[in-house]
Amino acid sequence: MEPAFICGHLQTGAGIVPRVFTTWSRQDHLDAIKVRWAAGRMNYRVLPGLYATGAPGRNSHVFVTGNYKLSFDHLRRALNGIDAWMLVIDTRGINVWCAAGKGTFGTTELANRIRLHHLDQLVDHRRLILPQLGATGVAAHEVKKMTGFTVVYGPVKAIDIRDFLEAGEKSCESMRRVTFPMAERLKLIPVDLFYGKYYLLIVPAVFFLLSGFTPSGYSFDLALHSGWKTTVNLFAGYLSGCALTPALLPWIPFRSFSLKGLATGWLVAILLASAGMLGSGVGDLFPWFLILGGVSSFMAMNFTGSSTFTSLSGVQKEMKTALPVQISMVIVGLAGWILTRFVDL
Amino acid sequence: MTGFVYLTDVVTLQLDVEKCTGCRMCLMVCPHAVFEIENKRASIRNRDFCMECGACSKNCPEGAISVKSGVGCAAGILNGLIRGTEPTCDCDSGGGCC
Repeated sequence: MEPAFICGHLQTGAGIVPRVFTTWSRQDHLDAIKVRWAAGRMNYRVLPGLYATGAPGRNSHVFVTGNYKLSFDHLRRALNGIDAWMLVIDTRGINVWCAAGKGTFGTTELANRIRLHHLDQLVDHRRLILPQLGATGVAAHEVKKMTGFTVVYGPVKAIDIRDFLEAGEKSCESMRRVTFPMAERLKLIPVDLFYGKYYLLIVPAVFFLLSGFTPSGYSFDLALHSGWKTTVNLFAGYLSGCALTPALLPWIPFRSFSLKGLATGWLVAILLASAGMLGSGVGDLFPWFLILGGVSSFMAMNFTGSSTFTSLSGVQKEMKTALPVQISMVIVGLAGWILTRFVDL
Repeated sequence: MTGFVYLTDVVTLQLDVEKCTGCRMCLMVCPHAVFEIENKRASIRNRDFCMECGACSKNCPEGAISVKSGVGCAAGILNGLIRGTEPTCDCDSGGGCC
C-alpha cells in the first residue's frame, strides 16, 4: 500500500517520481508525538529515493535528507509552496545528524543514490542542497569528484529553507548555529525516561518488599505503610537526573553533567527529607542521599547523548571520575539502607 | 552558545594554518562558530565550543583540520566499554540515545 503522504506521480527523465503533500496529516502529527515517547522510534522510516514537492522541473532545487520519517516530514513541510526535488538517502531510519556521525548519511551512500536514481537525467544543474548537520558524514569535495554534483550546505533547520533560498542560497549566522533551547530539551526528555526499562519496575518492587524488614522481624503493615515512600524517592532521584536536570540545564552550576545531576539530586533529596520521605535517623538519611545523588548524577550524565554541545573527549574525561563515584555511591547507599532494615542504629 | 559550554581544554581539534587556503568551508559547516577568518586563513576562535562532530575536518579539501570525532554520549561510551569497542550509540538496536 502506498504511504498516505504521497499525493500523485510525476513522469520525469529519471522515471516516475512520487509527489508528496507538504502539510502534515493528523496521523503525521500523532506519529511524531508517539516517536518522541520512544514508541516505534526505531522503525519510523520512509523508502529511500526521489520525491517531489509542488511541480518541479529540470532547474528545480534538489534537497537531500535521511529516511527517518520525522526528518523527511520536516523537510517536506518546509518545502510547502516550493517546487523542489527531494533525494532521500538510506540512513536506516536514523535522523540526519546522528546518521552523519555514524557515517550512514555519508559520502558513499549519497554518491550511490545520485547514480541509482539517475539524478543527472532528472535535472540540468549539478547542485545539491544538504542540511548543514549532514556535513559530519559527507565530504563535499569528494562528492563533487565522484559524481560531478556540488554540495551546498543549507541551514541547520529545515524551517529556515525559505529564508536560505531568498537570501540566494546563503545561511545567515543564526541559521548555521545549533542551539539547545528549553523547548528542544523538553522534547528529548521522554525518550530518556525509558532508559531504565524493566528495572523501573523491579527495583522499586524490591525496595517495597525490603522496607517491611525490622530488626525484630518482618512486618507487612510496615511495607504497606512505608514502601510507597521508597518508590516515590527512587523515581524522584531518577527524574531529577533525566528530566529536571535537562530542563534546567543552563541554570544549574557546574559544566560537567554528572555534577549538575548530583546537585539537582541532592536538592531533591533535601526536599524529600524535609517532607519526611527519607525517614529520620542517619541510617536512613545518609543512604538515601547517596542513592539519590548517584542515580541523578548518572542519569544526567546520560543526557550528554541528547545534548547538542558535548564532545567525545569531554564526556570520556567526565566519565572517568564520575562513573566510579556514581557506582560507589549507589552500592554504599544500598548496603547502608539494607543494613538499617536489620540493625538498630 | 551562551550558557552551553562544556568542559574546557579537552577537545582534540587541530588546525594546520599552513595548509589552509581560506575556502571558508569550516566556517560554513561548524555548528558552534569555532572558526573565524584571520588574514584570509581559518583560525580557531572558540576552541571550547567544539563538540568534535568532525564536520570541519571531513569537509576541509586541504586536510588541514584534524579532530578525534565520535559520539559525545555517555550511553555510547558505556556501550563501547562493555563490548570493548569504540564508543557507539547503538541507535539501530533500540538504545536510548541520539
